[in-house]
Amino acid sequence: MDELIACPHCDALYHVGRVQKGKRAVCDRCHAKLIAPRKAAGAHIIALALASVILVIAALFLPFIGISRLGFSNQATILEIAWAFSGGPMLMLSLATLGLIVGLPLLRLLLTLYTLIPLVRDRPPWPGAARAFRLSEQLKPWSMAEIFVIGCAVALVKLSDLARVELGPAFFMFAVLVVLLVIQDTFMDRWSVWKALEK
Amino acid sequence: MKVTARDKGLVGCRHCARVWPMEKTRCDRCGARLVSRDRASLQKVWAWWVAGVMAYIPANVYPMLRTRTLFSTQEDTITAGAFELAKYGSYGVAAIILIASVLIPLGKFFAIAYLALSVSRSATMPAGRRFVLYEVVEYIGRWSMIDVFVVAILSAIVQLSVAAAINPGIAAIAFALSVIFTMLSAQSFDSRLIWDRIDTSEKGAARG
Repeated sequence: MDELIACPHCDALYHVGRVQKGKRAVCDRCHAKLIAPRKAAGAHIIALALASVILVIAALFLPFIGISRLGFSNQATILEIAWAFSGGPMLMLSLATLGLIVGLPLLRLLLTLYTLIPLVRDRPPWPGAARAFRLSEQLKPWSMAEIFVIGCAVALVKLSDLARVELGPAFFMFAVLVVLLVIQDTFMDRWSVWKALEK
Repeated sequence: MKVTARDKGLVGCRHCARVWPMEKTRCDRCGARLVSRDRASLQKVWAWWVAGVMAYIPANVYPMLRTRTLFSTQEDTITAGAFELAKYGSYGVAAIILIASVLIPLGKFFAIAYLALSVSRSATMPAGRRFVLYEVVEYIGRWSMIDVFVVAILSAIVQLSVAAAINPGIAAIAFALSVIFTMLSAQSFDSRLIWDRIDTSEKGAARG
């Protein structure tokens, strides 16, 4: 049973052949990516994840966006943006927003590091690594940093006739973060990680 | 005709793709629960779906934004806000907002309902196309959250004393809930059910 793989999306059963680095094995029926090993993927992912962690944390405390109009000006950090809903019953929404744009992306990065650091060094996985990796995979759709960046662009256009808008350093850090997350995801081969965790 | 894990008396893990004998209930590799076909998933899909539709109604009825400028205060629902933008010539942004917060949510409701119904009834759309529809719903669903983030950004920075201020309306929370419920509904769906019907009908044998 070790050399079988069942497509998680359509249950098609395959024999696991040897997939060369840089190539990918795709399900014939639903075209889901099944196996896609990359050269030195683990090291790349760890480097990208570390850089991303630094970007997220630094971006929290720097101004994200600012405006000025008629001599009044104002700027906000990401924390202040999430806190925009803090009045009364909407507090929940503030917490949810903070979680979706910062908390979950950060948690996923940490879980990924926790899973991969021992594997890359050819050590046995740290305790609970399988759970950590599964959780990180489950949280993937809930990590919405990229949606937030695009939302920022929409807000920019909406504000352009009302006031002068300036993007702060945190915005650019977040934009870079989104790109890093996408690159990191292309290096991630779930099947290889699960295989390595099983040993 | 594809051989599935179930055809071989095996069960595939939906989280790590490992294959186990049918009797096994938990995956030893990743710890996830194993089910060959999650029939109960349809109940979860419908429960979240109903919650999503219900939250979507107040999201459109109540104001999403309260804008106060020097001389006026204005409360805008989602659609009113988009038409307002279009009136001033920002057709592009108006279109983005209308697509993200009206077209996509409604489309998602119909798509999920169709997918869930097509599992138990005969579907006119081939399985391959239905799976693409499912993937689109899963991929695009989260993007509806953009509207909530825009409201957060606007309310956080447009606080210019007497000159202008924007505050979130109560619809923001209803809208966010609707998006979250709909995402949960789509995630609850066991996409392997899409493919079963064609396989069983081709073989002329019904299997549970």
